[in-house]
Amino acid sequence: MKQTLTLWLLNLLQASLMLLVAPLLAGIVRKFKARLQNRRGASLLQPYQDLRKLFSKESLFADNSSWIFRTAPVVIFTATLLAASIVPIIVVDLPSAMIADVIAMTALLALARFWIALAAMDIGTAFGGMGASREMTFSALAEPAMLMGVFVMSLGAHSTNLSTMVHFALNLHHLHPSVAFALAALLMVSVAENGRIPIDNPTTHLELTMIHEAMILEYSGRHLALIEWAAQIKLLLFASLIISLFAPWGIAETIGLLPILIALGCWFAKIILLAAAVAMLESALAKIRLFEVPNYLFTAFVLAFLGMLVHYILEVGVQ
Amino acid sequence: MHLLASTSCSLQLALAAMFSVLLAALLSPCLGKRSDLQRLAISLLIALSGALAIAAGISGLLGDTAAATLPIGLPWLPMHIHIDALAAFFMLTIGVLLMPVGIYSVGYMKSFTANGQSLAQLGIFLPLFALGMEGVVMADDAYAFMVFWELMSVSSYFLVTWEHAHEQNRRAGFLYLLMAHLAGLLILGSFAVLYAASGSFTFAGMRGGELSAGMATAAFLLAAFGFGMKAGVVPLHAWLPEAHPVAPSNASALMSGIMLKVAIFGFIRVTWDLVGSDAFIWWWGGLLLAAGSSSALGGVLMALQQHDLKRLLAYHSVENIGIILIGLGLAMIFAAAGHPLIAALGLIAALYHTINHALFKGLLFMGAGAVLHATGSRDMESMGGLIRHMPITAALFLVASISIAALPPFNGFVSEWLTFQTALLTPELDNTLLAALIPFSASMLALAGALAAACFVKVFGIVFQGNARSKAAEQAHEVDRWMQIGMAIPALFCLLLGVLPTLFIPLIDSVPQLLIHHSLAASVQAGHWLWLTPISAERAAYAAPLLITGLLLVGGLLYWRLHRRNNRILRGSVWSCGHPHLNPRMQYTATSFSQPLRRIFSGIYQPDKHLGNAYEDHPLIVRKIAYAVHVKDLAFDKLYRPIGTATHHLADRIAREHGRGMHAYLAYIFISIIALLIWIAR
Amino acid sequence: MNQLMFIQEAISIAASLMLLISFALLAQHRLLSVLHWFSAQGIVLAITTLLVALISDHDELYFSAAMTLLLKGALLPWLLWRIIMKMHIHREVEPMVNMPVTMMIALGLVLVSFHIALPIEAISDLATHNTLAIATATVFLGMLMMITRKKAVTQVIGFLSIENALFFTAIGATHGMPMIVEIGVAFDVLIAAIIFGLFFTQMRSTFDSLDIEEIEAKAKRR
Repeated sequence: MKQTLTLWLLNLLQASLMLLVAPLLAGIVRKFKARLQNRRGASLLQPYQDLRKLFSKESLFADNSSWIFRTAPVVIFTATLLAASIVPIIVVDLPSAMIADVIAMTALLALARFWIALAAMDIGTAFGGMGASREMTFSALAEPAMLMGVFVMSLGAHSTNLSTMVHFALNLHHLHPSVAFALAALLMVSVAENGRIPIDNPTTHLELTMIHEAMILEYSGRHLALIEWAAQIKLLLFASLIISLFAPWGIAETIGLLPILIALGCWFAKIILLAAAVAMLESALAKIRLFEVPNYLFTAFVLAFLGMLVHYILEVGVQ
Repeated sequence: MHLLASTSCSLQLALAAMFSVLLAALLSPCLGKRSDLQRLAISLLIALSGALAIAAGISGLLGDTAAATLPIGLPWLPMHIHIDALAAFFMLTIGVLLMPVGIYSVGYMKSFTANGQSLAQLGIFLPLFALGMEGVVMADDAYAFMVFWELMSVSSYFLVTWEHAHEQNRRAGFLYLLMAHLAGLLILGSFAVLYAASGSFTFAGMRGGELSAGMATAAFLLAAFGFGMKAGVVPLHAWLPEAHPVAPSNASALMSGIMLKVAIFGFIRVTWDLVGSDAFIWWWGGLLLAAGSSSALGGVLMALQQHDLKRLLAYHSVENIGIILIGLGLAMIFAAAGHPLIAALGLIAALYHTINHALFKGLLFMGAGAVLHATGSRDMESMGGLIRHMPITAALFLVASISIAALPPFNGFVSEWLTFQTALLTPELDNTLLAALIPFSASMLALAGALAAACFVKVFGIVFQGNARSKAAEQAHEVDRWMQIGMAIPALFCLLLGVLPTLFIPLIDSVPQLLIHHSLAASVQAGHWLWLTPISAERAAYAAPLLITGLLLVGGLLYWRLHRRNNRILRGSVWSCGHPHLNPRMQYTATSFSQPLRRIFSGIYQPDKHLGNAYEDHPLIVRKIAYAVHVKDLAFDKLYRPIGTATHHLADRIAREHGRGMHAYLAYIFISIIALLIWIAR
Repeated sequence: MNQLMFIQEAISIAASLMLLISFALLAQHRLLSVLHWFSAQGIVLAITTLLVALISDHDELYFSAAMTLLLKGALLPWLLWRIIMKMHIHREVEPMVNMPVTMMIALGLVLVSFHIALPIEAISDLATHNTLAIATATVFLGMLMMITRKKAVTQVIGFLSIENALFFTAIGATHGMPMIVEIGVAFDVLIAAIIFGLFFTQMRSTFDSLDIEEIEAKAKRR
């Protein structure tokens, strides 16, 4: 009983860690990008200050907005946070991995997306409809690639339970080409799901190109703060997911202060590395045309599918 | 009447359910003068029949099975009826929708009587339709099956042609009747094959028949095409989006919600029960998988391009039948490969989705009916902002939308999750072709699910949100209590089935036990009632109760924190880029919402665009732009019509092939090499 | 033993790279990037040969690895690059079938090759037997490239990549062909490339285009 309680507490701790570190990751990415552009950039803590500022401001709603608009930030934030609490980042074998596997996790994110798209349709502005239409279209096209990538990983792990998948990745002594294919596919999907360059630009407000921003144009104040925070959590979630699935080294397999501290350090270091990679990519690449996005996502799907074929051909094959 | 004294409680309940709709059909003409009483009697008897069907189904699933012989039928072939686990499950499926639709009808049909329309046609054929469906499920011989099947088909024809003043509806009805009879013919063929093998018309006799592999395949193919046609599987679906929208909404709810399921029932009965899972061949499942994937994807892609609300929902039925078929196909593949446990999982996934679809599609059609009732239109482009006038309908419609979009914590997600889990067990198969094709169809399922979410953002966003696009939408009013209750019941079931799958799966577990002698009960409840673990906890688990607790707890706390009394929210008009005022015409429409997909999948849609610009004196000054886009169902143009003309052109084509260039020749050589290699490698 | 395992794995990775490159060749929009990937294919091929040379006792494989690297990784791409530059045709690839459909066909071809290579793999006991399906697939993909492209240059690259794939097949299936055959084929290919170059110039001056469809249309008109 005590054991279970400790595990749940650790789980809670892990979720709060996700919650608290998420803005920092956004800050780190921004800092790296500024440095790459020879600017000094804002402080690493700037996203926290932005959130605080937004939380202290009052919200302004349109006259004709309905309860969907009011509840949307809450639903988005909650669903994203729950999804984030499922990913093992510090300790593996936590109870939350039993609540939802990786498919249920993507479904939670889909719930958040569904709601934000509804909120975008709520006021009846053209921007909202445009954003909702694009977001739902492109996220739908990302789904097969995402599932296929997960499929490839689960072929080896014989599971979609994230804890089991982490164990599989930890015991991976051979180089598996299929895993590399899956990694490439999932990276591409993560970029698209988080609306980063080259798919969407989180800092743009140009109507021809924006996707995510178009949906949340009508939000202000503390409601906007929640949505922004949720987006930051989502970025951290995907970063942690990729780390856990492909490079979980250092994660604590037993419960103890030392392993947990080591795991924390490792996770943080890996997050920073990923942030640097994201910043480099975003600085090097240009946003692609809107109707190139399907090709991009299709490429991700083809990669994942190849990963699966390669798994069967080279890793199962005839031994 | 030895029947009523018969042994089984479930059989009596089922018979009572059938009797109560029969009574409604008989009573209806007698009450022709007093239309209010007539309406109330028909509706409530249908609801009663649904409630009895639920009771019969549950007690049947709990193991109370029985058979009986009805004192009607041909002299040498009386009607046999029975209730076994499979029949009980489908009785339950029929019941959970029939009951709310009955209640809903009390309010819904009020508008007809108020308009002075006669309920005569509806009053007879709606109950008869329900009777036909219940009868098919209960049938224990091919004769009873076909009689009730035709009763179902014919009575639903009269529901489709209900508004027969419009020529379009008569055409839809004719197409429907044609396809229904073609389907009936194929099903009859399937029974004929089974009869030839067993020499008996009763199902008990057919089960004992010795089928050769060829005959089994013939029976399977005839059943697959026959029932597939009735279920609306792509590419045999063309009648469905024509027929379902034109029936009155309560009838559309039944047609889409359960009549298609009855076709699924028939398919399961013939293949899994009568042919038997021992006779399965792997490519049968492969065929189902291919048909299922193309239905799932094709259905949702076509749905996205509709702006007639009910037509859109009809296309979604095609999609969901596809999802059910994917589950059935997986189960068939695994059963043929000798993995009965995984086959049981696939079967459970398919059945779960069957009842789910009955619930949310029924609810959606009832919601569409409520909207039609309030605005007098099925055209989404003339709606908008209904959430303010019809808050309860909107909320219930939203529940169904989330369910059909396969999002947690509602029921649609559970069944799709189970289907994915079945597909993820592919590595157990030795067949390499399937091992790669199953993940492919699973990813098509993922695509279809995500596109369904996109489609229901469109539906809900355009119909219920934003600003009203017409006068009627502006003056819409909430529907009455009867209709609200009718819609609330399936919504509640959607939530319950989404949150408590661990309680429901052991109940329907007797179906795979009957059909493949394997059950999931042990592994499903291995963890706890909280955790759904289809195979093992290490493999995958889903704890819906915990998930929803978490959602409610965190969400509730946040919401409270965000909207405490001293945190006022300012209201203002929307900033419109300096334009004086926004008007409803500036909103995104259903057509514009689906524009990106139309462009991306233009190869599939082949949209027919018309741009009519009217200019002022100068060709650069545009006065008016008219844009129209039509997306036709490819099945008509690409399949039905060509079948007629194909033979004519065959000879021409062969001659023409010789004139092709180098690429074609290279391709011919290449294709023949591959074909030869495949042939050699066999 | 451990080293053998390692090399086997490296060969698997090389094989998956071959497959990836075949797809990349199909997916490119620009002629020059096609050429880059073609060159990469030559290099991976050379590496594979080297790896196979390490685990087998055919010493001449070292020589053929070096030759592959020089010829297919550098010389042939350079020759093609010169042709492209001289003729100013580096703009578009122009597929006949659109990209997603091509890709789906390509995935199907990999599946088919997997299916037909399985029985052969089962009877082979070489360390490289798993790569046979991929080798077959790369041959197929080269053919697909020849079929679905309009420009003569891409067809030539498709042809050369088929040759690469055949070489890869030979290495995977039997640890290489006899040396004399290999040298012969290598020179054939080289000469073919030179002849193609002349051929292109001739085609250009006669038909004023390198687009097969256009040439066919013009030839019919004459």
